[in-house]
Amino acid sequence: MIRFENVTRRFPGGQEALSGLSLNIDAGEMVFVTGHSGAGKSTLLKLVALIDRPTGGQVIVDGQNTARVKRRRIPAYRRQIGMVFQDHKLLYDRPVFDNVGLPLIIAGAGPRETGRRVRAALEQVGLLQKEKRNPETLSAGEQQRVGIARAIVTRPKLLIADEPTGNLDPDLSLEVMRIFRRFNEVGVTLMIASHDIGLIDRLGCRRIELEEGRLAAPGDPAEEPAWP
Amino acid sequence: MAVSRHKDAVAPVRTRGPVSIWFGRHGSTAAASFRKLVRQPFSTLMIVGVIAITLAIPSVLHLMVKNALAISGGWDDALDFSVFLEDDVSLEEAGSVRDLILQRADVASVTLVGRDEALAEFREQSGFGAALDQLDGNPLPHTLVVRPGALNTPETIGLLREELTNLPETAAVQVDTDWVQRFHAILAIVDQSIGIGAALLGLAILVIIGNTIRLDVENRRDEIEVVKLIGASDGFVRRPFLWSGLLYGFLGGVLAVLLVHLGVFLLDEPVTRLAGLYRGNVELLRLSLEESALVIGGGAALGLVGSWFAASRRMRAIEPG
Repeated sequence: MIRFENVTRRFPGGQEALSGLSLNIDAGEMVFVTGHSGAGKSTLLKLVALIDRPTGGQVIVDGQNTARVKRRRIPAYRRQIGMVFQDHKLLYDRPVFDNVGLPLIIAGAGPRETGRRVRAALEQVGLLQKEKRNPETLSAGEQQRVGIARAIVTRPKLLIADEPTGNLDPDLSLEVMRIFRRFNEVGVTLMIASHDIGLIDRLGCRRIELEEGRLAAPGDPAEEPAWP
Repeated sequence: MAVSRHKDAVAPVRTRGPVSIWFGRHGSTAAASFRKLVRQPFSTLMIVGVIAITLAIPSVLHLMVKNALAISGGWDDALDFSVFLEDDVSLEEAGSVRDLILQRADVASVTLVGRDEALAEFREQSGFGAALDQLDGNPLPHTLVVRPGALNTPETIGLLREELTNLPETAAVQVDTDWVQRFHAILAIVDQSIGIGAALLGLAILVIIGNTIRLDVENRRDEIEVVKLIGASDGFVRRPFLWSGLLYGFLGGVLAVLLVHLGVFLLDEPVTRLAGLYRGNVELLRLSLEESALVIGGGAALGLVGSWFAASRRMRAIEPG
């Protein structure tokens, strides 16, 4: 699903966020990207979402070489990917329902399709009762679940998340990870940047550890998930 | 089982047809933009008011020229011809030429001004008395002042002029409409200058709306960043701003037309009273339906273009990253 081939991201100053990184994530995998801050986790996700471009090497997502996606095609490309952010990136001038439905409206879904899908997504994150609320009135954990509902409302094949539990306490973090796990069980590929090693180890998923833009320890896909 | 659940989990969004999407999106965006303007009535009113005044200025000036043309247009046919006769035409012959011309249906009256009479008048009015005394004789010819009838059209006036010129006794025919023609030429230049002024004011509207939209884009920077992150195209992001600009321009145009109509309404009575003192039945021309449509449509078009440039420029600078 995601393949990095000798990818380098060098900034104009000369520092490298990623240095000749190669990795492969299969369809249906749930993979964590870990490492200290500044190790290149965010850059890695940004390259997948085409928020940033590599200065060397190739990033191939779902068979598409991202280097060939022109600027005009980036929106259509991003619509194939669900994205979850540490700071939720919700719009606080509209209710939960409208936030979750936004990707559908962008894609051009009709009102009936939108209503059906938004409710399905909200049900999956357990917020069906709160569709009319303004996200500002929700707790941090609930806001993050709204963000997740928005990411999955188009039912993408790939979901990427940047520190989705960064602002949450352990119980809420576990709840969010459980939700991710359920998506993974129905076939969604997930790539999650996190530094919450303890939590990741409990989930038993493959871990890609970055250190100064390189792989620190290769993940072990053969390891049996130790899901509680 | 896993396979079927997989299919269910990863399902492309069912979209409507492109036409239906287009109308659906524009409909809801237009409604949302309109609600936004209504929510901020004061700032909306200010912007719409500025646009309306800017649009009303050239409209009013154009209307003034139009009315001046209409009122002075009636003067053309009321004007007299001066028919200068040949030097060797005697006063008696001039009298019979006058009678001949008088028989024409398109002539209202003919006055014979004899050369002695003309000289006396000239001497009195010009102040060149002393100079005239130096001359051997009277240099002036007999003159017939011909007033055309009221039913003449510009064509029959031209014909009359030609036939008067072709009389054997005629030396020259002078039409005193020259100054009216000059006046009309001046009005035409004024009207053209209004066109140029209107173009400049149109530019001002572009700037006003452009600046308003630019600030709007800036205020919604976070929102733009988020929708771009989740796959919104430039067109999607631009759409609400285009509608705002279009609505500003359209409402400004409507208000401008109302202002101009109000102005004409207020001026109509005093102008009629003034005209009554001179010639009676003068009615002020209003903006025609076409002109009103032009003002409103022009306002809307300027709003659209201004917001397009402003939104496109600012949006490109806002990229998630």
